[in-house]
Amino acid sequence: MEWLIGGIESLGVILVVLTLSALLLWVERKGSALVQNRVGANRASVLGIMPFNLGFMNTLMADPLKLFTKEDFVPANADRLGHALAPCIALFPAIVTFAAMPFGDSVSVAGRVINLQAVNLDVGLLYISALASMGVYGIVLAGWASNNRWALLGSIRGSAQMISYELAMGISLVSMILLYGTLDMQEMVRSQGKLLFGVLPAWGVFYQPVAFLILLTAGIAETKRVPFDLPECESELIAGYYTEYSGGKQACFMLSDFAEIVMVSGLVTTLFFGGWQVPYLDSNAGLSLPGMTPVALPGALITALQVGSFGVKVLFFCCLQILVRWTLPRFRYDQLMNLGWKKMMPIALLNMVATALVILLVEQGR
Amino acid sequence: MSPLAFYPLAFVCIASAMGVVLSRNPVRSALSLVASLFCLAVFYVFLQAHLVAALQIIVYAGAVMVLFLFVITLLNLESDRGLGEKPVLSAIGFGAGAIVAGGLIAALSRTSLGARAVTLVPTFGTTKVLARQLFGDYLVAFELTSMLLLVAVVGAVVLAKRDGSYEGDEQEAAVPARSEEASH
Repeated sequence: MEWLIGGIESLGVILVVLTLSALLLWVERKGSALVQNRVGANRASVLGIMPFNLGFMNTLMADPLKLFTKEDFVPANADRLGHALAPCIALFPAIVTFAAMPFGDSVSVAGRVINLQAVNLDVGLLYISALASMGVYGIVLAGWASNNRWALLGSIRGSAQMISYELAMGISLVSMILLYGTLDMQEMVRSQGKLLFGVLPAWGVFYQPVAFLILLTAGIAETKRVPFDLPECESELIAGYYTEYSGGKQACFMLSDFAEIVMVSGLVTTLFFGGWQVPYLDSNAGLSLPGMTPVALPGALITALQVGSFGVKVLFFCCLQILVRWTLPRFRYDQLMNLGWKKMMPIALLNMVATALVILLVEQGR
Repeated sequence: MSPLAFYPLAFVCIASAMGVVLSRNPVRSALSLVASLFCLAVFYVFLQAHLVAALQIIVYAGAVMVLFLFVITLLNLESDRGLGEKPVLSAIGFGAGAIVAGGLIAALSRTSLGARAVTLVPTFGTTKVLARQLFGDYLVAFELTSMLLLVAVVGAVVLAKRDGSYEGDEQEAAVPARSEEASH
């Protein structure tokens, strides 16, 4: 039974992440049109007979159909195995990291406590950062196996960039671990349910605004999109590491980019914005606004609100990342490296030391 | 650990470990090593050592091997043509390999392979327990190891900067490679 519940939850999480990633493709097209004052994708309607605007559904179907029916071309001197494996390796980590994200409080159904998290890991945060660091192999392999100079240059840029920003990301994660005193994602979300000064929800962002900015920036850099898109950089490297990819394999790379956006959003939401917590809503006591008597709500409604709150927060950060992409110009390579090594890493280190000191002082004051 | 999970995983692990040695292409060797390390991490998960598994992937597969691969692709090393042309070298290689294999077999034959069921305490392998061991019982050994890594980092910097000129990308890249190990 445990296995069955875990399996259903895992499958559900994978499906939701994949659907959301595909949906983001449409959001990106319409979002970029909004930013650039265009109409955007509006050609994919079935013979014009759709009575109401279901443009996004059609675009959702038309895009994968186009990509998967294209010729899957492999260059003559490419390493065939590596060329085929690379998109899978790029896509895999972005999807499986979501297994450790809690999307709701534990609920009891028919006397059985179900944790709304596909896998409840003692080392949840480390699991996520471990798998997120595996994504770089897809890029390295794609660039190397394509036997193309643009692709190789793109993959070398990509691996250098991802290593550089992973450091700042890891250090800002350390300050969050110090703050919560646990690696368990569900515990982290639970401890964000309290109130600060009786009014403000005790979300991580109010304790650690610096870590939030660093994690979000490093996260955007890890997704390799503008302004950090030097690995693909079409004005210099054609398409960078996936120059030699077409059809379904290229679709996998695109999907992995969007799945990484969802992953970064999920991580930011869980660590800094209370995960599934709804402000002033307690899983047991119901709605309790400051200075008022708590209003009891049915358990199913509370669970629905909490899961919905997680979804809304994740979607918000997905849209924010897409907006960033269409707002900022690309960094130059030296600017990218300076930002990562000379600005973000020292700030993250200082933030970590300051956090540790404050926690030590607070604990001694007790 | 269920044999249904163990045997396929062990097969992949050993096959990729063989790939490291047998493949003539350095990039393939490095990627096989990553696969092998990843399989080992999965073994740790099955043995309830979740923290060790995560650290194995973060440190070895995620940090050290990425830098190895980075250097290999940057230098664009030629495929190794093997030792076939020099019989003396290949004889030495085979001899050394035989000695290591013999030692491993001798060591393995002394261990009993019969599985003993051990009931684990629920906190086994959790971060808190492991940290208490590492920073309590084995503190001196742990700190000495980090000193050793620090010495290696300083040594690499000194060697790379000795005559004020870099000989190639390899040495430049070797410095962050070591510091990466130490920082974990």
